[in-house]
Amino acid sequence: MKQVVVTGMGLISPAGRGLDDAWNGALSGKTGAAVDDDLVAMGTPVTICCRVPSFDPDQELGRGAARRLDRFTHLAVIEAREALQHSGLVDGSDEEKITGADRDRVGVLLGSGIGGAETWASEYPNYIEKGPKRTSPMFIPKMLSNTGAGTVAMRSGARGPNMTVNTACAAGASAIHIGRDLIRSGAADVVIAGGVEAGITGLAVSAFAQMGALSKNPDPNTASRPFDVDRNGFVIGEGSAVVILESAEHAAARGATTYATVAGAGASADAHHATAPPEDGGGAILAIRRAVEESGIDPSDIGHLNAHGTSTPLNDAAEAKAVRAVFGDHTDRIAVTSTKGVTGHTLGAAGAIEAIFAIMAMREGLVPPTANLVNQDPAIAFDVVSGSPREVDLRAVLSTSMGFGGQNAALVFTPA
Amino acid sequence: MSQDLFATFTELLTEEFGVPEDDIKPEATFEALGLDSLDVVELTLVLEEKTGVKLEDEELEDVKTVQDAIDKVAEKQA
Repeated sequence: MKQVVVTGMGLISPAGRGLDDAWNGALSGKTGAAVDDDLVAMGTPVTICCRVPSFDPDQELGRGAARRLDRFTHLAVIEAREALQHSGLVDGSDEEKITGADRDRVGVLLGSGIGGAETWASEYPNYIEKGPKRTSPMFIPKMLSNTGAGTVAMRSGARGPNMTVNTACAAGASAIHIGRDLIRSGAADVVIAGGVEAGITGLAVSAFAQMGALSKNPDPNTASRPFDVDRNGFVIGEGSAVVILESAEHAAARGATTYATVAGAGASADAHHATAPPEDGGGAILAIRRAVEESGIDPSDIGHLNAHGTSTPLNDAAEAKAVRAVFGDHTDRIAVTSTKGVTGHTLGAAGAIEAIFAIMAMREGLVPPTANLVNQDPAIAFDVVSGSPREVDLRAVLSTSMGFGGQNAALVFTPA
Repeated sequence: MSQDLFATFTELLTEEFGVPEDDIKPEATFEALGLDSLDVVELTLVLEEKTGVKLEDEELEDVKTVQDAIDKVAEKQA
């Protein structure tokens, strides 16, 4: 079986922009949540969210291109670019066009839960108020959730398999899973894989709030608090994270720096409920077990878990049960964190952002703390890192993601 | 009138579509300015906001250059 390695990483998240800043933001344990002026103006039931650092799409993509694309595609483009540059697959003559691989053998696999949410939000009122004849011809290409992956191909020249996967809040992890499998199957040498989401609209925030999914805590500094006994929901975030996956032979042949091996990937469904996980961990147990078994490592090699840890009462409790069902007593020796205390829940981007944080933890031997954890819920039997980063020597790391719809993903990374 | 419309098109093309001002000439085709057919339809929507004149799809068929569009709008304003 072909080994698949990570040779580049790029991310923008509420923890910071760029690999170094975002990683330092995760280590800082400082929450990226804030009261959002736009949400306040719209009168949404919850007005706290986690935005990425501001950026100027006109400057980053060019005015002509930026106006044709939704915010989620802006985020996809800038992070595919960062990851490609990090990988050395672009040589500087053009900041995005791939020169270090056969472009026909470079795939793109992005995950997104929602796609062009802002485009829906801005165009639908036009349709209602001004009429069908005033509907923008850009609406469809801007809104389609596959436009992120399509645009990355247009800008990089990648003509391999190109797809968008939607497993809601597991989408970023699912994209890495399927991207790896494309390389294993021989369909591509390189895959630009990741997750992207820009869904902080009045409609989405209101609807998540109506479900009771969002934290009602009015204090942004403590609203996202995974594993805490006082957690009462997630804080919505946005972001984009992209990794460059490459067959080990291809990476070696071009002398690429390798950051991790994608050792195992697992997927499953709860077959249970539209939004709630089964209390016993349900399908997440299967996804984690499959990822660990596939990796061929001894389960006791897993020293760190970057948990899905959304800060909702149901998720965090069910996840702790799922992990214990797989690892038994070894669970007590896994340093667990949820970086969502810092980033909020970035939905379809989360699985990819957290995959990168898990890889960074392994490389640096440093597990970021879970922000805002004061009183750990006694029902959550996890060794949660809190307060400050913990130094741990790591042989293998796990990242878990659970999407609405009961769609679960787990990734195991080992050193390259 | 035509001069005013040229200024209007210049403003729309630079501000909405990011076209460099120096490239915008009456004889320049929209294609050469980097606008595809979707962009041209979008342009008619913002143009309508500015001028109150709506160019219909069938009227766009023989509109290739900035001057073509100016002529159509002037014709409809007359």
